[in-house]
Amino acid sequence: MDRKSGPDRDTFPKLLRYNATHRGGRPASREKEYGIWQTWTWAEVEEETHALARGLMALGLAPGEKMAIIGSNRPRLYWSMVAAQLAGAVPVPVYQDSVAEEMQYVLEHCGATFAIVEDQEQVDKILSIADRLPELRQIVYGDPRGLRNYDHTTLHPYSEVQETGRKRKSEFADQVEANIASGTGSDTCIMLYTSGTTGKPKGVVLSQDNIIVTAMASAEFDGLRETDEVLAYLPMAWVGDFIFSMGQAYWCGFCVSCPESGETMMVDLREIGPTYFFAPPRFYEGLLTTVTIRMEDASKLKQRLYRHFTELARRVGPRLLDGKPVSAGDRFRYWLGNVLVFGPLKNTLGLSRVRVGYTAGEAIGPELFSFFRALGINLKQLYGQTEASVFITQQPDNEVSADTVGVPTPGVEIRIDEETGEVFYRSPGVFLEYYKNPESTASTKDAEGWVATGDAGFMDPATGHLRILDRAKDVGKLADGSLFAPKYLENKLKFFSNILEAVCFGDGRSQVTAMLNIDLTAVGNWAERNNIGYGSYQELAAHPRVYEMLQENVEAVNRSLASDTMLSGCQIHRFVILHKELDPDDGEMTRTRKVRRSHIADKYAGVIEALYDGSKSVFANIEVTYEDGRKGSIKGDLEIRDVKVFPTGQSEKVAAE
Amino acid sequence: MSHDVAEAASTDAEYAAQEKAHGLRPHQTGTVMMEVKNISLRFGGVKALTDISFDIREGEVRAIIGPNGAGKSSMLNVINGFYHPQEGEVWFRGQRRGKMKPHQIAKQGIARTFQNIALFKGMSTLDNIMTGRLTKMRRNMVWQAIWKGPAEREEIEHREVVEKIIDFLEIQSIRKTPVGRLPYGLQKRVELGRALAAEPKLLLLDEPMAGMNVEEKEDMCRFILDVNEEFGTTIALIEHDMGVVMDIADRVVVLDYGKKIGDGTPDEVRSSQEVIDAYLGVAHD
Repeated sequence: MDRKSGPDRDTFPKLLRYNATHRGGRPASREKEYGIWQTWTWAEVEEETHALARGLMALGLAPGEKMAIIGSNRPRLYWSMVAAQLAGAVPVPVYQDSVAEEMQYVLEHCGATFAIVEDQEQVDKILSIADRLPELRQIVYGDPRGLRNYDHTTLHPYSEVQETGRKRKSEFADQVEANIASGTGSDTCIMLYTSGTTGKPKGVVLSQDNIIVTAMASAEFDGLRETDEVLAYLPMAWVGDFIFSMGQAYWCGFCVSCPESGETMMVDLREIGPTYFFAPPRFYEGLLTTVTIRMEDASKLKQRLYRHFTELARRVGPRLLDGKPVSAGDRFRYWLGNVLVFGPLKNTLGLSRVRVGYTAGEAIGPELFSFFRALGINLKQLYGQTEASVFITQQPDNEVSADTVGVPTPGVEIRIDEETGEVFYRSPGVFLEYYKNPESTASTKDAEGWVATGDAGFMDPATGHLRILDRAKDVGKLADGSLFAPKYLENKLKFFSNILEAVCFGDGRSQVTAMLNIDLTAVGNWAERNNIGYGSYQELAAHPRVYEMLQENVEAVNRSLASDTMLSGCQIHRFVILHKELDPDDGEMTRTRKVRRSHIADKYAGVIEALYDGSKSVFANIEVTYEDGRKGSIKGDLEIRDVKVFPTGQSEKVAAE
Repeated sequence: MSHDVAEAASTDAEYAAQEKAHGLRPHQTGTVMMEVKNISLRFGGVKALTDISFDIREGEVRAIIGPNGAGKSSMLNVINGFYHPQEGEVWFRGQRRGKMKPHQIAKQGIARTFQNIALFKGMSTLDNIMTGRLTKMRRNMVWQAIWKGPAEREEIEHREVVEKIIDFLEIQSIRKTPVGRLPYGLQKRVELGRALAAEPKLLLLDEPMAGMNVEEKEDMCRFILDVNEEFGTTIALIEHDMGVVMDIADRVVVLDYGKKIGDGTPDEVRSSQEVIDAYLGVAHD
């Protein structure tokens, strides 16, 4: 099979044709319906997609127009992306959990004329903002439930649109074929809106070449093939999902399975047993927390087996995975552990068959990372951005570590700005432009094609791998001039299972302070085991013993920071536990759950002030937004604790490091 | 919406006119499906129901409300055939109903849920809903024992119906979970699923929202309306929460001390002085 993107494989419509011809009988999409996995082969997917494209053209979808796609991962919605391209239009996936106002901004900004949505929930959202979207002409929905009595002048069921496309094949088939033939790699492939860590989301325009060349290079890097299996469960509007579930799937021809619903994801994961798997660190954290909790409830014998073999695995597993020498005795014991503990555990988690596993987006705790590698799961890190079509660097097999993000993906060049330490890259995946925003395009991408990542980092001289420190704009200085890297600190805090989120302050201040969120699963379970009663999240978060426990965690972070000469000034002097979880609905985080610092600084100004004026507690009244858009507030007195700091250079080792 | 219509309509034409005036959905003008005429029910010397008459129309959501001890559950049990009233008649789909056992009534197309959940706690969600298909199973024990062939085919057919209900109620994630382990709100939803599995013409819901929080109530309301709309199932429900009833019911019967004190659209009932007195209390002088 040829491995280069030739003129017959340089766009998605052409790749679809290629796959339908060369591997027409192989599975392409899978979805669980009524409890049974339904499979579509590449040939069937081509038929479905083309029928949809003709139906959309019959409804009046014209070349160059934008079509919004809103819903959770469904094969039909993935097909509609290519169907839009077949009609010459540009698909714009939108985060399905955005509230109507956020959706309005994106739909208005991209000027979508069509929208394909999953169900009534999304239809209702669009109808509620329809009067502010003059350009939107037609809405197509997948699930007809609850929509029977709606006005159907501009609303159409998906199956009907496809049916029209089948009936009127002769009218539109030629046009579709002409669109396929005239398509080239420089055409716009997709528009993806960034989650908007700062300000309004920006529409990143990516070309067919951007996606396909990147998918090709990264697939080759990891030896992906048509027999691989993936589970598509991350938001369709996120570039990563587009690369994994569309780009690499179409390039390699592997099958993409969609879970039945968000809640059944773990069961579906187990049934599918993906061989190629991506998840954010948060997901692995959740898995480890569940495993730990369930082991604590298990019988004594099982607990001892688990402890014994995971200890062995931590020592032997990563070495085995990297092909380093391991003694025959250890090999045998690891094999035994695999039979008794790791095998069944991996099977329960649905990770038995994972050949290539990735994590990215946030730093991953070394403890966490080594746990999964110890089990024999080839978990690696990558570093990427929407603007780069994901891949900037990734870790090759056998060269994996928790604190680097790997070597540049083939075709990517990296440059570190000497003054600010900011990372720049140039690659075939670099985006065309920000839609209707030439200023931002110019400030992000220079004339030679170098793109600023906004992250500060350096190339590790020992390994040649890239190491990311923090967002370049977030790296600041304390009043005494020492370096302050908030995200680095926050990640260190979040490595403790009790702490879900942390926000650190200190830029331009005399000392560092922190706001923490407890992890309700871990702390709740701990409370149950220790007979601590609580009626609400707020009550648990304010419990003195929870404070004590978190204080120990913060002290442990301080102790490890003391040994780092660069960052020892960053030790946390005071902290507070918040009475509510930081939430994207309240604008405190992005949809991809990244902390929005400036917004939090405004909203929690009173709390931050109290962190610095030495007071022992503070009254906080914080506004919250419910899922239906109503507003309320959560108020309460929050205790502030002082934490011990350690003198620089004290090299006491901490277990978590 | 006008609030001046206080009298209950007595003919179909009047209903239609009133409904039009209220901008309600047209399907409420369906034919009478069930009629209860002059029902009186006594337990020894205690009069639970006195001379109650009302009807339930094809395709509507009919609510029975009233303060505690008003006789709501007794009324439902009469419709259900569990209690046999001393006086009065129950007509269902054009036929007068004699004394029947509850399972015979179930076969006629009436299904119900209970105020206190009555599920099989040790069985999975799937199996619980499957029990709702019992009245539809044709193969006897011998066939079931042989299993291969007709009995297996039958089970597959029934399983399909059950899976559609699971999908409809969005309970895929608890398909195989024993219901005893589920939270209350979800158990209520499973119970609704089991009632739906019998593909009833008339669905009786006994306090479907009792003990639920606001979010669970909203979900339940949506499911009730969806059932009504998607399957065209006629629904009669008892409910305490007035707000909920007024939102989802097409017509409401109000009982107090075993007597009917109001009957009509939510707006009419809301503005009736007698109903207000019964709910808010009134000084007797």
